[in-house]
Amino acid sequence: MVKLAEWRGKELFRKYGIALPPGQVVRSPAEAESAVASGGVPLPCVVKAQVLAGGRGKGGAVRFAATAVEARTASEAILALEFKGERVKEVLLEGKVAISRELYLSIALDRSARLPVLITSGQGGVEIESVADSAIDRQLVDPFPGLAAYERRQAARSLGLTGAAAKSLDALLTQLWTLFDREDAELVEINPLALVGDRLIALDAKVIIEDDAAFRHPEYAAIRDDRTPLEEIAREKEIAFVQLDGNIGVIANGAGLTMATLDVLKEFGGNPGVFLDLGGTDDPRKVTEAFLLMAQAHPKAVFLNIFGGVTRCDTVAKGLVEAMQQVPVAERFPLVARIRGNNEKEGVEILRAAGISSVPDLKASAQAVVAAAGGRP
Amino acid sequence: MSVLVDAQTRVVIQGITGHQGTVHTRGMKEFGTAVVAGVTPGKAGATVEGVPVFDSVREAVAASKANASCIFVPAPFAKDALVEAVDAGIRLCTVVTEHIPFHDMLVMYHYARAHGTRIIGPNCPGIAAPGKAKVGIIPNVVFRPGRVGVVSRSGTLTYEIVNGIKERGLGQSTCLGLGGDPVVGTSFVDALPHFQADPETDVLVLVGEIGGTAEEEAAEYLQHHFTKPVVAYIAGRSAPPGKRMGHAGAIISRGRGTAETKLAALEKAGAKVARFPYEIPELVAGIVAQQARR
Repeated sequence: MVKLAEWRGKELFRKYGIALPPGQVVRSPAEAESAVASGGVPLPCVVKAQVLAGGRGKGGAVRFAATAVEARTASEAILALEFKGERVKEVLLEGKVAISRELYLSIALDRSARLPVLITSGQGGVEIESVADSAIDRQLVDPFPGLAAYERRQAARSLGLTGAAAKSLDALLTQLWTLFDREDAELVEINPLALVGDRLIALDAKVIIEDDAAFRHPEYAAIRDDRTPLEEIAREKEIAFVQLDGNIGVIANGAGLTMATLDVLKEFGGNPGVFLDLGGTDDPRKVTEAFLLMAQAHPKAVFLNIFGGVTRCDTVAKGLVEAMQQVPVAERFPLVARIRGNNEKEGVEILRAAGISSVPDLKASAQAVVAAAGGRP
Repeated sequence: MSVLVDAQTRVVIQGITGHQGTVHTRGMKEFGTAVVAGVTPGKAGATVEGVPVFDSVREAVAASKANASCIFVPAPFAKDALVEAVDAGIRLCTVVTEHIPFHDMLVMYHYARAHGTRIIGPNCPGIAAPGKAKVGIIPNVVFRPGRVGVVSRSGTLTYEIVNGIKERGLGQSTCLGLGGDPVVGTSFVDALPHFQADPETDVLVLVGEIGGTAEEEAAEYLQHHFTKPVVAYIAGRSAPPGKRMGHAGAIISRGRGTAETKLAALEKAGAKVARFPYEIPELVAGIVAQQARR
């Protein structure tokens, strides 16, 4: 999942011909002032923090400026922000437009229908979740023919657009569909979409690109706005790794088992800090790498929960023992292991030889790791 | 009878000469499955685990009368492999491959459906009916023939649960792994009618996880069309919103797809809800004992 910041989304919009307000992305107050002074951004302008979290308007991450100096001070204030845990690195300056209506437009995946869905609403500018269902129009789109002309006409009707404005929407929808399809997007959302005279202008851009299509889109690999540094390393090593806000590291194999392990820990008073899904592997080196990655997250205790199927217990045990030797003594953490399934005996024996015992019962092992992390037993 | 596979199932392995293809061909054969052909373009004439390899699915089907395929080819080529299987007349395709872009899967799903082919997966462990056939990668050791059906979005967690059922002294009729992607060829709702119709299934274990609304739709079906007892479990109660928990489909987005709504829906539909995986075998055993008394 590559979430694009607004300015990156708008660069994509520009590539596909979608109309935008005149604007520029800057990274310093001085750059903001000169962007306005040089005429690159018309006045008055809006100054927006480039963060991934929503709710920027209410959170002080959007300001207005009537002069180049105001653009500078507004940018300075915004660049100093940490918005919902994200440090602001870029600011987007855009000339204000004379809005007559704010609309909503998106294309996403409808998992149940197994089809893309085009969503339109005449009530733009607010979160779509807060809009009544009756004010939202949804059309499933078959990817074989693509977004059809009748569907585009229906979208125009749903938004109450006629004449030149409807024509403007027709072109925009074709561009947006092409982007969704060609860029392997999970979501493209324009909210608000401004009606300015009879033109439509994208005031915001929310684009999420699918990770699994990376083999077709190497250009997105460098964008890591949405990941922690450790999550980034994990991604390169093809390990599913999610940082949470607790202190217990969980290593399991398979997403379902890893999630279930977190649930059990939480039930017994533990607070998971890392979700690490080893996946199916028969390479002890991958297990070692996963452990060393876990060590870098400095957990108070680690719970290894393996059910050997495709992955063999002895493979995991070998990789684990190798990793424990590589972790400096000062950085070692208490470890509770539960390895069951394919080659369980051999795995348990390898661990025992290295001084690690395996607790076969899930409940008992979860309680042991919670106690080791200092939570209630 | 069983669900979707039986003793007449004849499997062609697409991507048989790769590491995974080879390892799991052996596993399927050891399970007792009729693995009758393999396909790897350019490797015709080779044999893998005693299975003849062909250049194309069409040639494999012509020579072996295969009627099901198991796809192990890497994600960038999975769409082509599926289309090839469909065009060769295969009507059941298990796609083990993970990380297939959902844009590809949309095309795969609708193409297969238009031609009457069922896809299981992708990113799934496949299907196994003990004593009959296995198409996929579920480890053989967890099984024992019996009357408990299992349908799940997880992989390893399913093995653990199936193993728990075995250790409790019970066995399985069919175990079906649907896969952890946002777009799957077979959903709970697609699978449930088969378990309902299967005379060898007395009780069903349904294992879901956060993300999407497949469990809510399953609950709707259970309530109105399913007469057998169901034990349900949902993984991911403690998962935070907006994070993708290992599976591409396991994400709570915009407040939808939480474990709470799924559990509530399943409970309302009459399913016995397990809070933890280790409670499942006990709940199943209780139901089986009750059925025996009747």
